[in-house]
Amino acid sequence: MSETTKIVALHGGLLVLLVTLQFLLPAYHHGNLARIMVLASFAIGYNVMFGYTGLLSLGHALFFAAGMYGMGLAVQYAGAGPVVALLAGLAVSVVVALVVGLLALRTAGVGFMIVTLMFAQAGYLTILYFTTWTRGDEGLVLQQAQRTIGSLDLSQPGPRYFAALLLFAICFLVTLWMVRAPFGKVLIAIRENEERARMLGYDVFRYKLAAVVISGTLCGLSGAAYGLLFGYVGATFASVQYSIFPLLWVLLGGAGTVIGPLVGTLFMFYLIDLSSSVTSAYMLVAGVVLVLLTLFAPQGLVGELRARVWRWLP
Amino acid sequence: MLELDKINAGYGRAQILRDLSLTVAPGEILCLLGRNGAGKTTTMKAIMGLLPLMSGTVRLAGAEISALPAHKVAGRGIGYIPQGRRLFGELTVAQNLEIGLRAGASGPEVLEDALQLFPRLRERLAQRAQTLSGGEQQMLATARALCLQPRILLLDEPTEGLQPSMIAAIRDVTTLMRDRGVGILLVEQGVDAVLSVADRVAFIENGRNLETLEAEALRRDPRLISKHLGV
Repeated sequence: MSETTKIVALHGGLLVLLVTLQFLLPAYHHGNLARIMVLASFAIGYNVMFGYTGLLSLGHALFFAAGMYGMGLAVQYAGAGPVVALLAGLAVSVVVALVVGLLALRTAGVGFMIVTLMFAQAGYLTILYFTTWTRGDEGLVLQQAQRTIGSLDLSQPGPRYFAALLLFAICFLVTLWMVRAPFGKVLIAIRENEERARMLGYDVFRYKLAAVVISGTLCGLSGAAYGLLFGYVGATFASVQYSIFPLLWVLLGGAGTVIGPLVGTLFMFYLIDLSSSVTSAYMLVAGVVLVLLTLFAPQGLVGELRARVWRWLP
Repeated sequence: MLELDKINAGYGRAQILRDLSLTVAPGEILCLLGRNGAGKTTTMKAIMGLLPLMSGTVRLAGAEISALPAHKVAGRGIGYIPQGRRLFGELTVAQNLEIGLRAGASGPEVLEDALQLFPRLRERLAQRAQTLSGGEQQMLATARALCLQPRILLLDEPTEGLQPSMIAAIRDVTTLMRDRGVGILLVEQGVDAVLSVADRVAFIENGRNLETLEAEALRRDPRLISKHLGV
C-alpha cells in the first residue's frame, strides 16, 4: 500500500467509525462522544499552532470564547438563527486571532507564552466586566428554539452528535490536507528551525500569522459549536483552564499528529470520568497518569505510535 | 558581485565588525581567515541581514541588500549554509529539498542537478534528515541551498568534523559551483583546507580587514600566513 492509501484508509476509517458509533453507543457514552468531538476540534485547532508550527500559546481559551460569545451574543441580542450566529462566532474569532497574532508574534518563546496568556486573561476579564450583556459567571443559556435549524433540533442527541461529527470532520480534514500540502511543510520547517526557513527566503512572520489565524478560527468555530450544541455560553470557557486543556490534550495525544488531538481528548475525558466513579481523589489519579505518560511517552500516545510503528503518520 | 562596504555590526552594544570591506566576484572562492572570535561567522550573519548594521552597506550586483528583511536577502540569490548544518530534522530528505525548491521557485531540473552532485542523497530521499550521518547532513544542507539557484554561496566551515571522503565530496561541489560562476565566501579553520580551494584569502582580525591576498601567493610562501594569523 502506498503511503497516501494508508493515510486515507486510517483517517477515513476513523470518520466511518465515528459515524457507526452513533448507532451503537449507549446514551451516556453517545453524549460524551459528541462533547469529546467538539473539544477535540478545539484541540485540533490548538495543534496547528503548537504541534505543527511550534508556537506554544497559553491563551487559546480566548479564541474558543471569542467564537462562543460571538455566536451567543448574536443569538441573544440580535435574534440570529444558529447558522448566522455560527458565522458571527467564526468572524469574531478570525478578527481576534488576527489581532492577537499581529501583536503576540512580535515576541517568541517564553514572551509569546506570556503575551498570549495575558491576552486571554484580558478577554476573560472583559467578559466579566460587561456582565450586563454577557451575564458573567452565570452565563447565557440558549433555549431549544434558538438551537433549531429548520427541523433539526440541535438539543436532541442524534442531530447534536452529527453536528459535532460534522464539525470534527471539517477540522480534521482541513488539518490533514494542510499538513500534507506545501504550506504545512513550511510550517513544520519553521517549527524545526525558524532561522533556517527564513534564510531560505520564507517570510516566517506571514506563515506564523497564517498559522495563528487558522488555529484561532478552528478553535473559535469549536467554541461557537460548543455553545450551540450544549446550550450554554459562560465565562468559564474563557478562563485559564480552557487554555491549558487543549495543551494537555494535544500533548497526551501527540503534538504534530492529525489524530493525536482526538486521542488525547478522548483519553483525558475518560480518565477523569472513570477515575471519578472510583474515587473522589480522581484528580490525583489523573495527575499520576499524566506524570507517567510524560515520563514514558513524551511524544504522546499517537506520537509514540508514529515513532515506533507507523512512521508514515502525518 | 557581492560587496561589503565598510560595515559595522555586532550584538546589542558589543560591536564585532569594524569598517569591514570585502568583495566576492562571480566565479571565485574568497576565504575568510582569522582566529576564533575574529568575526567570520558574524560577517556572514551581517550579509544575510540577521544582524542590523550600525553603518555601511552590503550590495549584490550593485543593489543594496542591507536594508532588506532577512528572508528577502535569500530571495535575491544568496545561499547561506551555517555552521552545524541545521536541517529540518523531522522532515525527509525529499521534503527538505522541496522546501528549498519552493523558496527559490526552482523547477525539477534544479533538483535533478543537485541530486546528481550528491548521488548519496538520491538513495536516501525518503529518510528523515535527522537520521543521516554528519557528512550526508552537510550534503543535504548544501543541496538544499543549491535548490535556491544562488548567485552567491556563504559556507561556514562546511567540512568541520567530517571524514576525508566527505570532505572531498563537499570540496568538489564547491569548486564545481565556482566554475559555474557562483561567487563563494568560505570560512574554514584549517589553513590547508583553505589553500586547496581558495582563489583569494582575506585575513580579518578583531572584525577589521587586514590584507587580502591571492591564494597563489600564499601557496608559494606559507610564511605569509603565520605572519597574518600571528601564530
